Amino acid sequence: MRPAWSVILFTTLAGAGQGLFLALFAADLFARAPPDFAAAGAAVALGLLAAGLAASFFHLGHPERAWRSAAMWRTSWLSREVIVLPAFMAAVAVYGLTHALSYDRNISLLIGAAATVLCFALFVCTGMIYACLPFLQEWRTPLTVVNFIAFGCASGFTAAAALAAVRYPALAPRYALAALVLGGAAYLTRLASLARNARLRPKSTLATAIGIKHPKIVQIAQGAMGGSFNTREFFHGRPREVVRAARWAFLALVFPLPALLLAFAQNSFAALFAAFALQYAGLLAERWYFFAEAKHPQNLYYQAIA
Amino acid sequence: MCACRCGIRVHLRDGEIRYIDGNPDHPLNKGVICAKGASGIMKQVSPARLTRPLRRREGAERGAGDFEPISWEEAFSILENRLRKVRESDPKKFALFTGRDQMQALTGLFARQFGTPNYAAHGGFCSVNMAAGMIYTIGGSFWEFGGPDLERAKLFVMLGTAEDHHSNPLKIAISKFKRRGGRFISVNPVRTGYSAIADEWVPIRPGTDGALLLALTHEMIAQGLYDRPFVARYTNGGQLVITDPASPRHGLLAVDEGGDPVNPLYPQNQLWWDRHSNGPVVSHTPDTDPYLFGHFTLADGTRVQPAFQLLADRVLPHTAEWAEGITGVSAATIRRLANEMGVTARDEKIELPIAWTDCWGNEHQTVTGNPVAFHAMRGLAAHSNGFQTVRALAILMSLLGTIDRPGGFRHKAPFPRAIPPSAKTPTGPEGVQPNTPLAGLALGWPGSPEDLFIDADGNPVRIDKAFSWEYPLAVHGLMHNVITNAWRGDPYRLDTLMIFMANMAWNSTMNTVEVRRMLNDRVTEGEARGEYKIPFLVVCDAFQSEMTAFADLVLPDTTYLERHDVMSILDRPISEFDGPMDAVRVPVVPPKGECKPFQEVLIELAGRLGFPAFSNKDGSRKYKDYPDFIIRHETEPGSGIGFLAGWRGADGSKSMRGEPNPNQWEMYKRNNCIFHQPLPASYRYMRNWNRGYMEWAQRTRIRRWGDPILIHLYSEVLQRFRLAAQGKWPGRRPPPHLAGRVETYFDPLPFYYPPLELRATDVEKYPLAAITQRPMAMYHSWDSQNAWLRQIHAHNYLFINPRTARSSGVEDGAWLWVESQWGRVRCMGRLSEAVEPGTVWTWNAIGKQPGAWGLAPEANEARKGFLLNHLITDTLPGATSNSDPITGQAGWYDVRVRIYPAAAGEKQEVFPTFETLPPAPGTGKRPGWIAYVAGKETGK
Amino acid sequence: MTQLALVIDLNVCVGCHACVTSCKQWNTSGEAGYLSDDNPYGADPTGTFFNRVQTFEVGEFPKTETVHFPKSCLHCEDPPCVPVCPTGASYKRAEDGIVLVDYDKCIGCNYCAWACPYGAREIDEHQKVMKKCTLCVDRIYDQALPEAERKPACVMACPTSARLFGDVHDPESEVSRAIRDRGGYALMPEWGTQPANHYLPRRKAVAEIHPDELTRHDNPLKVDGQLPRPAPGEPALDDVTSW
Ligand SMILES: Nc1nc2c(c(=O)[nH]1)N[C@H]1C(S)=C(S)[C@@H](COP(=O)(O)OP(=O)(O)OC[C@H]3O[C@@H](n4cnc5c(=O)[nH]c(N)nc54)[C@H](O)[C@@H]3O)O[C@H]1N2
Ligand SMILES: Nc1nc2c(c(=O)[nH]1)N[C@H]1C(S)=C(S)[C@@H](COP(=O)(O)OP(=O)(O)OC[C@H]3O[C@@H](n4cnc5c(=O)[nH]c(N)nc54)[C@H](O)[C@@H]3O)O[C@H]1N2
Ligand code: SF4
Ligand code: SF4
Ligand code: SF4
Ligand code: SF4
Ligand code: SF4
Ligand SMILES: [Mo]
Repeated sequence: MRPAWSVILFTTLAGAGQGLFLALFAADLFARAPPDFAAAGAAVALGLLAAGLAASFFHLGHPERAWRSAAMWRTSWLSREVIVLPAFMAAVAVYGLTHALSYDRNISLLIGAAATVLCFALFVCTGMIYACLPFLQEWRTPLTVVNFIAFGCASGFTAAAALAAVRYPALAPRYALAALVLGGAAYLTRLASLARNARLRPKSTLATAIGIKHPKIVQIAQGAMGGSFNTREFFHGRPREVVRAARWAFLALVFPLPALLLAFAQNSFAALFAAFALQYAGLLAERWYFFAEAKHPQNLYYQAIA
Repeated sequence: MCACRCGIRVHLRDGEIRYIDGNPDHPLNKGVICAKGASGIMKQVSPARLTRPLRRREGAERGAGDFEPISWEEAFSILENRLRKVRESDPKKFALFTGRDQMQALTGLFARQFGTPNYAAHGGFCSVNMAAGMIYTIGGSFWEFGGPDLERAKLFVMLGTAEDHHSNPLKIAISKFKRRGGRFISVNPVRTGYSAIADEWVPIRPGTDGALLLALTHEMIAQGLYDRPFVARYTNGGQLVITDPASPRHGLLAVDEGGDPVNPLYPQNQLWWDRHSNGPVVSHTPDTDPYLFGHFTLADGTRVQPAFQLLADRVLPHTAEWAEGITGVSAATIRRLANEMGVTARDEKIELPIAWTDCWGNEHQTVTGNPVAFHAMRGLAAHSNGFQTVRALAILMSLLGTIDRPGGFRHKAPFPRAIPPSAKTPTGPEGVQPNTPLAGLALGWPGSPEDLFIDADGNPVRIDKAFSWEYPLAVHGLMHNVITNAWRGDPYRLDTLMIFMANMAWNSTMNTVEVRRMLNDRVTEGEARGEYKIPFLVVCDAFQSEMTAFADLVLPDTTYLERHDVMSILDRPISEFDGPMDAVRVPVVPPKGECKPFQEVLIELAGRLGFPAFSNKDGSRKYKDYPDFIIRHETEPGSGIGFLAGWRGADGSKSMRGEPNPNQWEMYKRNNCIFHQPLPASYRYMRNWNRGYMEWAQRTRIRRWGDPILIHLYSEVLQRFRLAAQGKWPGRRPPPHLAGRVETYFDPLPFYYPPLELRATDVEKYPLAAITQRPMAMYHSWDSQNAWLRQIHAHNYLFINPRTARSSGVEDGAWLWVESQWGRVRCMGRLSEAVEPGTVWTWNAIGKQPGAWGLAPEANEARKGFLLNHLITDTLPGATSNSDPITGQAGWYDVRVRIYPAAAGEKQEVFPTFETLPPAPGTGKRPGWIAYVAGKETGK
Repeated sequence: MTQLALVIDLNVCVGCHACVTSCKQWNTSGEAGYLSDDNPYGADPTGTFFNRVQTFEVGEFPKTETVHFPKSCLHCEDPPCVPVCPTGASYKRAEDGIVLVDYDKCIGCNYCAWACPYGAREIDEHQKVMKKCTLCVDRIYDQALPEAERKPACVMACPTSARLFGDVHDPESEVSRAIRDRGGYALMPEWGTQPANHYLPRRKAVAEIHPDELTRHDNPLKVDGQLPRPAPGEPALDDVTSW
């Protein structure tokens, strides 16, 4: 698939925002962070979500009609996401507001719990958008959803650690530790999905695509020499080396490097922020690779021009 | 739009074209259409459309495309003045050559009335071998002239055809044929298009079909699979040939000197050796039957043999093994094919309950047919051995007994015609006189050296040397030699060359680089110093092509949707097997800009120059416009024969012949624009020898003579030329330097020889044959301006068998060099298992000059698309044309090449490239995107 | 229930692209709106088409088959492109099974195109909505057209009648019979999309000539004296055996 920056930004930014919210709520649950920290954190999480949402609009041909996309929640994960995302954002906003204005722990926990449910719902929706497509075999696995959740949480907790270093340093090491654990888990699940995908055998072949049983079939012409939507949308168009480089980059950036920083950063905002930045960069690469790696069966019909 | 001449319907919305579809009531295409036809809308909106007459700017070089717009009045007066002078002094200095048009009856008439012999359409470089080889053998040919009866055939063998002129009807027929379970064999070095759906693909080395056909004939005779009754009665196989090298009549048919020749032009007093009486009889004497084998001695001691015996002797050494070595087709396959053809023809006979009478008065209760049908086109024709190859094919078809019979080959009116047809050119320079129409046709059908169009020294009268000893049977002219000859001044210089509808500076020329240089070359000494070697060049085109850039005067034509057109019975009508048919086109949208139909230009000029056929007795102009001309013109005053055969007679009640009808256009329009005259069933078959048909054809003046047209297994016409070359002919004889050539190639029996170019080629160095094919979705060079079609073919690759590529180090998709001894081209290659390893090929005419055809300079066509023509030559060593020595057919597919990878650091762009052409005044702007909606055109 | 569909006969398709451009010209001025083209006269021209004809080569020389392969939306019975659409712009009509896009609702998110394994959908780069074969809904029910012409533009155009159109749920329809009798198959059956469009495979007519057929009593070589009968005087079995 062609990695679309709008979608890469959306999933990574929203994921981080979701993770950050979960980190805030976790602090609320266990550590009792001061309300103004949660309020500020919620604001940042909302900012990330809003930025993601804004990016996602660039994916649409007709953003002005985006409101229509809530219609098909019964069947479409995308539609569900479109419903859950604003609901979650609203919940985060209320969550932040309650912390900022008149803090009542019970109400906050209630709102937080609701937002958490929405948060996971959103992760599931986002992940399922990809995981529900049967013939994108690289995506068609629970690991897709798991990875979205794990990386969202990891990046969110890293962000929380950085935030804490500024507003509430006591929490920073705990966040960093959590981020390390989550990041490690995410890393493992991602390695698992890489391993899984490496072993995939495409279910569709040229033989099933055109219905002729023969071991040797070669495409000669695809009927359009200047390219088409099909050649632009479903293939990254980059040489193999670039894809490989993206993989190495994300494998280094999403966990090992930030982990080092997280482990030794203590309360240093700079180090923790750097950890987040590195990890986020890694996530961009990871998401890019996520798309680039997915082989759409339609590409069988678009292999050669003449 | 194209030469297929399908019936189309154009649907308008608010005056704009909503869509174009096939006319369901049209007998040719029956409602279907092709990719090009369905893209007609984009032709209309193309920015490449010329819309104003243009004159080359003072001082601008030819080819630079630097023009100033002028008015039509200026254009006409330039032409009128210039042409008047030429016509008054030496009319042959005006040459009119036309490309892929459908109006040769008018252009030919114009040239003839002008008085110039220098007229031809594109047939000479197209497929004259196919036309001449068949017409000189069976009196008809493929495409417009005749075709395979696939409705009834059981076996269909197609040789060397990619798309052809009769494309939609052929597609309809092949698919029905296949659905009926018929077996389809394609002989072609490449498997694409039609061949793709063949049941069997027989890959053959280019230029070697002659060997295959001779071997098939060998098998046919050796196994006794020929249709004996058919051969005996309907071919000249039983006629006796004088086989006496000492005799001055050696190789001619023996005749009964005292007998009645019936028609001295096409005598009928040849002899058979009767099997029953074991003695000579006049052929077709009732109750006799000829020997096909043997040698006999006539009463006067002349030794004779049946023509069939000579044919059998000819093919005797041509075994399947012999052919395998030449063609690459295995001997076993050749035998199997021969057996299959023979047995199918013999055992699957068709018998139709149709009574008919033959020319000798025998009544037949039924029409029988042998259901083996053939079709062939430029794969056979476009080689310099094509004429003899095509003769071999026609003979094979005849041995199988498949001529004008159900399930085999069938004629289309006005064919069959006599062998050779009676139209003739003048025979010497005296036929060309100032201010006088040409004393004959510019193109004709020589039957003997006396019919050649040469001067007393045997030199050509025509600029292209057609009908000279170099190309005696160049019945369609040699358009591909015009520019070279005119540039050389060989045989003389021209004053004005007018090109209509042909892209001679690009794809219809061999060795494009050289020809472009010639077009721009000037005289360096003498009086005419500084003048162009071809002084004045007029081009009439509808689009800005590579050719228009070289013109001194550009005439913007209308498109087929903007003008009246006729598919005339005087030209190549749209007739089908069951009877004559012609058709008209009427304009559906107004001409763009100042475009004017070329027909109107000719009528106007003819009127201004006062051509007799275009003037009233008082010298005033006779025809108002082209539609008026079409209605009122008669071939001779009162002949009743005109351009259109339907709704003639003052009230439209007559057909074929009748006085002009002022309402003829309306009547055509009311009848779907088609006239169809189905023949009675008994006149639809065996027309070469069908008395009823012949009488009908004579009455309607389709034919002058009603004599039977025996198939020429043995060609006496060719032998006449050969005798002349041997110094035995009583009349004209070739100049010594051509005698050997004529003697060799004018063999009355078909033979195989490698194409002439091979003799001038080091085949070790250049081992691969390079050929082109027509893509179904492009018409020659002229569809690249079409926004839809060019998305399908934006550029082209050289297709190479993987084995060949491997041994040449060439990789799929990579840049490579193709080199012939005449030039080299850098292009991209693509591996394909569907091509014979000794052949490389590409789609024809996709590559373009930057800036031509309304395309941006960076368009794929100009940067990645290439033209194979740069590798081809029009001249072989010894300054002879790279053409068939009999017909002058251009040997497009004879070139040999080698391939090698482009070096690592090389430019990844096509070579050669040319200067970018500027947009001509009056052409359109190139939008960055379009979204056509009829009724409103959006774009920016 | 009706399920309209195309059945494409690979046995006769010659790859002429008539269906491609007929589709384009019909639909660009059709009810659904234009099909735009970019760089129509420049480098790498590209545009929206509902139907493309591709070419494949099967096997190795000389046993090569060249297959021309037209492809448009297959109007799947279980179309994965429909449920994923968040706006409901993509839908499958109950009455005739045609899968359509409502251009007024479509937000151009491309998701349905991702969900189509066949690459049958193309976004229009200028109208910014998803487009695909409509089975010419604006022709096939158009009462203004003569009955015989109420067929998709590509079907009308195809010179080899390689494109059959009809109801694949009606067992007696031409298309159902063709599928049944000639081994019609669906593309990528592995995804369970149940395409309504089917393809008919190549069929080969083969000829067997038995050696007997070459030695027949009516061989003309006998008439022509080329297969002379042995002279009666030549030795024969008859002379030396008697039972
Ligand atoms: N779409 C479309 N239709 C056209 C045209 C067009 O440009 N586009 N042009 C029209 C014109 S002007 C013409 S003349 C006709 C030509 O119609 P065709 O003769 O069908 O056209 P070509 O493409 O020249 O096809 C020649 C075929 O012969 C094969 N071939 C080459 N050499 C040999 C050989 O030695 N032996 C055998 N057996 N095969 C060989 C080639 O592979 C190719 O398949 O088409 C007409 N129809
Ligand atoms: N390498 C190679 N070269 C070949 C061939 C090949 O097979 N291989 N084939 C040869 C053959 S058979 C042929 S017939 C020739 C064809 O070659 P050409 O006869 O040169 O054909 P086109 O390239 O189509 O050029 C025709 C010209 O007519 C113009 N035109 C189109 N419509 C109209 C109109 O309505 N009015 C006017 N006035 N002009 C119009 C077009 O713009 C174009 O400039 O090519 C020959 N060249
Ligand atoms: S084959 Fe030629 S005449 Fe027929 S529809 Fe196509 S372009 Fe028109
Ligand atoms: S072919 Fe693709 S677009 Fe058409 S119905 Fe099936 S899944 Fe949907
Ligand atoms: S692109 Fe349009 S039709 Fe496709 S899923 Fe999005 S909204 Fe639906
Ligand atoms: S049915 Fe109509 S829309 Fe679909 S491919 Fe055919 S012409 Fe195009
Ligand atoms: S129109 Fe018919 S023959 Fe031509 S490509 Fe389309 S399906 Fe094949
Ligand atoms: Mo041609």
